[in-house]
This record gives sequence, C-alpha cells and structure tokens, in this order.
Amino acid sequence: MNEVLNLLLEGEHLSSSKIGEILGLSDSEVEHEMTRLQREGILLGWRPVLNSDQAASDLVRAVIEVKISPEREGGFDRTAERISGFEEVESCYLMSGAYDLLVFVRGANLHEVATFVSERLATIGGVLSTATHFLLRTYKDQGFLLGRKVSDADKPAVSP
Amino acid sequence: MNLKKSSTEGPARFIASHVKGLPKSGIREFFALVSQTPEAISLGIGEPDFVTPWSIREAAIFALERGRTSYTDNLGLIQLREAIAAYAERQFRLSYDPKSEILVTVGVSEALDLALRAIINPGDKVLYHQPSYVSYHPSIELAHGEPIAVPTSAGNQFELDSDILRQYWEPGCKALMLCFPTNPTGAVTDAGKLGQIARFAVEKDLLVISDEIYAELTFDAPHRSIATFPGMKERTLLLHGVSKAFAMTGFRIGYVCGTALLVEAMMKVHQYSMMCAPILSQEAAREAFTSGQSSVARMREQYMRRRDFVVRRFNDIGLSCHLPKGTFYAFPCVESTGLDESEFCNRLLLEEKVAVVPGTAFGEAGKGYVRASFSTSYANLLEAMKRIERFVGNVRKAGSEGDSVAARGGRRMESVETSS
Repeated sequence: MNEVLNLLLEGEHLSSSKIGEILGLSDSEVEHEMTRLQREGILLGWRPVLNSDQAASDLVRAVIEVKISPEREGGFDRTAERISGFEEVESCYLMSGAYDLLVFVRGANLHEVATFVSERLATIGGVLSTATHFLLRTYKDQGFLLGRKVSDADKPAVSP
Repeated sequence: MNLKKSSTEGPARFIASHVKGLPKSGIREFFALVSQTPEAISLGIGEPDFVTPWSIREAAIFALERGRTSYTDNLGLIQLREAIAAYAERQFRLSYDPKSEILVTVGVSEALDLALRAIINPGDKVLYHQPSYVSYHPSIELAHGEPIAVPTSAGNQFELDSDILRQYWEPGCKALMLCFPTNPTGAVTDAGKLGQIARFAVEKDLLVISDEIYAELTFDAPHRSIATFPGMKERTLLLHGVSKAFAMTGFRIGYVCGTALLVEAMMKVHQYSMMCAPILSQEAAREAFTSGQSSVARMREQYMRRRDFVVRRFNDIGLSCHLPKGTFYAFPCVESTGLDESEFCNRLLLEEKVAVVPGTAFGEAGKGYVRASFSTSYANLLEAMKRIERFVGNVRKAGSEGDSVAARGGRRMESVETSS
C-alpha cells in the first residue's frame, strides 16, 4: 500500500478517487491508507506551494542562525522544541557547523520579525546568540522552480 | 503529390528510383492530422515527458562557456567513449575498447544507417521483426538491401523466437536486426529465447544489429543484451544512446559498440557523411553516462506505475492489451470495436480529441493495434482513458444498432459534447 505514498511523492495533484483509479484501489482503500499515513505520523499534512511573487503575499521571511547551549539531559532538544513551538517559526533544524539551529520564520512585516527575534527568540534561556538574514527573492521552493518555465511548444505531438 | 504521373518530367525525374519508392512514415501523415487538433491529448509522443536532468543541461552550458565548439575525433571525444565503455560495462556487462570499438553517432538512427551501409552489398537480405520502429525497413532499402519482415504477435507478447526466424530465413540473409525492448510493442524477449536466437545467428552466420535504446526502461527483469551470449559479441553491433534513458532526444547522441574492424568500417561512412557528432551534445552525454543513474531509476519507477494503470484500463474497456515489459508504450488491440486501426485513430481524434498512433505505422504486423504512449501526466492519462472508454462505448453501441451508421464514421452528436 506504500504505492499511495509513492504516487503522492511524484507531486502531481490528484484526488483520492483519481489515486484509486490509477492504482486500482477503491476510494475507501485510498482514504484508509491516507488516514494510516497521518495516524502513524508519516504524512504530516498538506499545504499548497505558492509562488510568493504571484500570490502578492506581503509576508516577510527570514532565516535565523541560532547558537544555543546544550543541556545536561536532553541536549539541544528542549530549547529547539521551545523555539519550534512559536507559530512564527515555519521550520527549525539542528545543524552541524558554526551554529546549532537554523530557524525559518515569517511575519507580516520587518518589524514583526525583528520583534520576534529580539523579544521572544533571543530571550529564551539557553539561546546564546542569533544572526538574522532576510529572504530577498525565491528561485526554487520545495522542488518547484519559480523562473521561466520550460516550453513544450516545439515538441511534436506525435513522434516515432 | 504527382510523382508517379510525372516521373519522367519535372523535378521528379531527378529523384532516385529507390527513394521515389520509399513510403513516407505513417507517423508523419498522422502527425499532420493531429497538428490540426492542437487541443487533443496526445498519447502519440515517442519521447520521455521529462526534461533533461539539470546536471546534464548544465554540462552542455559549461562546455559552451569554455568555448568547446570545435570538431571532435571522428569516433567521438575520447572522454565520452571512455564514459560509454564504463557504462556499457555496468549496464550491459560487456567490455569494449574505447579507442577502437566504440563510435559516437548522431542518435541511434545514424548508427543504424551506418551499420547497414557498412555491411550491405546490393541485394543482401536483412531480417527484422515487426511491428518495429519506423525506420528499419526504409533504412535497409536505402542501403540497397532487401528487408525481410518477421512478424511477431500478441499471442506470444510480441516476443521473437528462433523457430519463426528459421521460417523466414532464406539464403542470402546477412544480418538480423533486433530491438528489445521494442518500440512500439514494449516487448522483451526473455533470456531463454534470446539464447536460441543467438545460436540461430551463429548457425546461419548472421551479423546482429541490436538496437537497445530502451535498455534502461525494463520493468520486470533487468535488461540482457544479445551480445552477452556465447559467440555473439564479435558478431553483434550494439546500438544505444542517451535519448530515452536520460530524456535527451534533442541532443541526438547515440553510439555503436562492436569489433574494431566493423566499427572502423562504420567510421569511414560516418567521417565522410557526418564528420562527428556535435561536441556540445557529446559533452552533455558524457555527464549523463557518468552521473545520470539516479534520474533513470526515478523515471523507470514512474513509467511503471503509469504502465500498470493504462494497461489495466485498456483491458477493462475491452481493448485487450498485453503487459509491456519495457519502453513507455502500450499496444492494445482495437479489433473488437469493429474498426480498423486507422479508422480507430482518426475517429478517436475527431470525436474525443485523443491521439494514439495506428499500429500499421510500424509495419503490417501492427494491423488491428494502436500504440499509446504513457509518457505523459496522470491527469492526461486519466482523462484520455475516460475518453477512450466513452468512444469505444459509442462505437459498440452504434455497431449493435446498425453497422451502416458506424461504418460511415460521421461526427455523431453524443460524442461531440466533450470539451478538453
């Protein structure tokens, strides 16, 4: 039944009934499999990937490098989870190298993000330092290229 | 148009008689028809629906930036031939010397043409199996050979075996052309039968020209080249290229592997007609052979899922369809509709705006069949199969109401309402 997951990962948007049609499963079998994937925490959720230029979204996004001090029990986890809990935080990763956490945040404007960093993030116990970088332009997001599309126009509709 | 009428006057008098007699590819005629219906969903495409992986495109750009714009060695860049040798070792388990046993060509099409021109004396006979790629028959004729088509059929999954070859063999046969996996049927001949064919080739002293362009796109068992059988490497010209495996059809890079003397003979024809394959394409191909493997595996998996869906739907609709073991083509039989393959394709295009290719474009043995490429998105495949189902239903209904209506093949109201 992992076929459902593999098909989803191809990235073409398909309804449950179409997935069922392709794989030769009933709607309820597909629904059941999707529920199982979510229940087991394999499939976390759904979210459209938007072209932020086209979607006229005014959201400001920033990447923050955070240095934290690990704790005797639990290492980085407790601080990382506290940071991840904020709804401004889109993603949070533990990194190797010069800093510990890489945090993606978004806010309505520059001020909001700045406030979040200085008043919420930097004040959490265990956070040693932060370095904030604002995103200027997106070229590729989650596998989708935002630039010029490859044109199929010259491809013959029938070829040997 | 009026070549026949005025073959002794007008420009036609200049055209060589063996070219005059050459039929135009059936695919081209159908293509003209499809071009008039741009909104049609096309299952007629004989190339991957993926774009060439970026690392490969990037290699071509880098080559251009470095000013790699010259001729190359007639055999092709030595670095590319070395990459091909390493790839052939991995993919086909065959060792060839990059210095003398590999020739880079402009697509497998050129390799095929070179092979035939290098070995055929006028009147030599060449066996090939049908349905087959559109160029086999005319290429043999252009080389002044005499093609002998060996039919394969759905009854044995369009596989070839030595019994039927023996039936069609006649004195004067010099070569045997093979293409597994097969365009348009998706057939693969299993190792047992391939071994028998190999023994047959040895027995009759045939040179084998083996077009293995779809080698990476096998679904159920790993590909095996006929050149790996005892006594075969020295009598086989192995043809392969980057078009299908790496989605590089427009780069036009193929190659041939074989014993040095045969490769040199082909190289002589190549150097006077083509000189060398374009260097930018050669640079891109080098990248593909060196590091394109992960893209191939991903594409194969996606094709397989599409294949399973399309074949199941054809059979549900009542167009019996064997499971292709390779390529991205399904080859269902349309005889149960009472239409022949051309009527089926023309009416399906007209009434439901779906393009599939008549099997006879691939030779007489394709009679009663159509080729449907599943190298397209799920959305297209789902919609196309729905329309084919509706079309077949309408044809059957009309057939049971009265044959005369269906036979006229006019545009009927209930099937025109579809939008695309």
